Amino acid sequence: MRELLIILFTMVLTENYVLVQFLGICPFLGVSKNLSSAMGMSAAVVFVMTIASAVTWPVYHLILDPLGLGYLNTIAFILIIAALVQLVEIALKKYLHPLYKALGIYLPLITTNCAVLAVTLLNIQEDYSLLESVVDGLGAGLGFMLAMVLFSGVRRTLQRAKPPKCFEGLPITLVAASLTSLSFMGFSGLVENLFN
Amino acid sequence: MELVINAVLVVTGIGALAALLLIAASKFMHVPTDQRAEELTAVLPGANCGACGYAGCADYAAAVAEGRAEIGLCIPGGDKTAAGMAEIMGTEAVDIEEQVALVRCSGRLTHPPDKYNYVGVGSCAAASALFGGRASCRYGCLGLGDCQKACGFEAIQLLDGLAVVNQQRCTGCGACAAACPKGIIALVPLKRSAQVACMNTDRGAETRKICSAGCLGCGMCKRACEQEAITVENNLAHVDPSRCNNCGKCFGVCPTGCITLMIKNPPPPFEG
Repeated sequence: MRELLIILFTMVLTENYVLVQFLGICPFLGVSKNLSSAMGMSAAVVFVMTIASAVTWPVYHLILDPLGLGYLNTIAFILIIAALVQLVEIALKKYLHPLYKALGIYLPLITTNCAVLAVTLLNIQEDYSLLESVVDGLGAGLGFMLAMVLFSGVRRTLQRAKPPKCFEGLPITLVAASLTSLSFMGFSGLVENLFN
Repeated sequence: MELVINAVLVVTGIGALAALLLIAASKFMHVPTDQRAEELTAVLPGANCGACGYAGCADYAAAVAEGRAEIGLCIPGGDKTAAGMAEIMGTEAVDIEEQVALVRCSGRLTHPPDKYNYVGVGSCAAASALFGGRASCRYGCLGLGDCQKACGFEAIQLLDGLAVVNQQRCTGCGACAAACPKGIIALVPLKRSAQVACMNTDRGAETRKICSAGCLGCGMCKRACEQEAITVENNLAHVDPSRCNNCGKCFGVCPTGCITLMIKNPPPPFEG
């Protein structure tokens, strides 16, 4: 249990995919303009990361690794994640229409999100068990959500600020993103000591 | 060699399996959607402005397809959209009176002097909470662009601290009118007519002191108008667009120039 909690909090805080490892930056900058779209995107990411972790683990350990094809994991995982997202979308449309509407356009969008691929690949690299992989996926998704929500708040404040002309738009957004990221550096070493 | 064949087989196998699963899923979990709703969505402008009262074009289309909503609610789409929707639904088209937004203020920042130096948050809603805004005219445009931000069609531009509507781009959805804390943006019929671009109901002498472009309520336009389309109430002139024939006489005699002629005016230049 302690190990699982450490994995979860490490992914959310110290190893945050967006703000510390700089994965999935594209939706981080693109969809964080307002809170509701940031939440929609994050919910979809949490969902897909958790399921993708659960599905890719057996594929690697039961098919690829025994055949000595471990090096194919990147290509195989992309294939699996893309098909999985499509499948989940069809299933949601049929059985959980409210959730389908809430996730909306963001669900198919994150098929190509590098953070989702990264979480599955790093699960293999870290030699996690199935349960640990799922918790890792969940933590990575929650970390993504935390970063998105925090940054949409930062951007709302930015909209009211009047930066110098040359900083308007993307430049000031990038500066703000780097400062937000810097604040997460303060979490390093926190998690290990939290559960001692 | 075996390694290569294995690799190809495994990846192809995974792909084929995924394809089969997806085909099966789309067969068994197919959700019947109303064909008309999709066609209606295609006809609608897709701006998702919310002027119809529904959450976006797709929502409105679904409501129409299910018979929960009328056809003529899409103001930005105008007659063309209404006709297209009527064709799909097999009903009579309804005429929509096209409207454009008009900012009822002519005072650029150079005209009314400031009451105080405003350094707060750059939004009209915030500024108007502080003694009604910095402009000494209580009725005037604050020029901080809440309407510009609300506009989904980039039809509003700030010129010298006054919001100006580009009638070519304006769709009459009314988002700006709802966003203006001063309530000085009105939707007026898109036809040739004169409009008074001022809301100041103070006495003429007081208006004159604070703004060189305000309506004084002098009544010169009323006397000049041969169609009896202009009335003066509370020191402010009103034009009845149904009577106005856009002759331009009122425009010519107005001492402060607060009457604008719709359409005849070239749209303000836009950058970018």
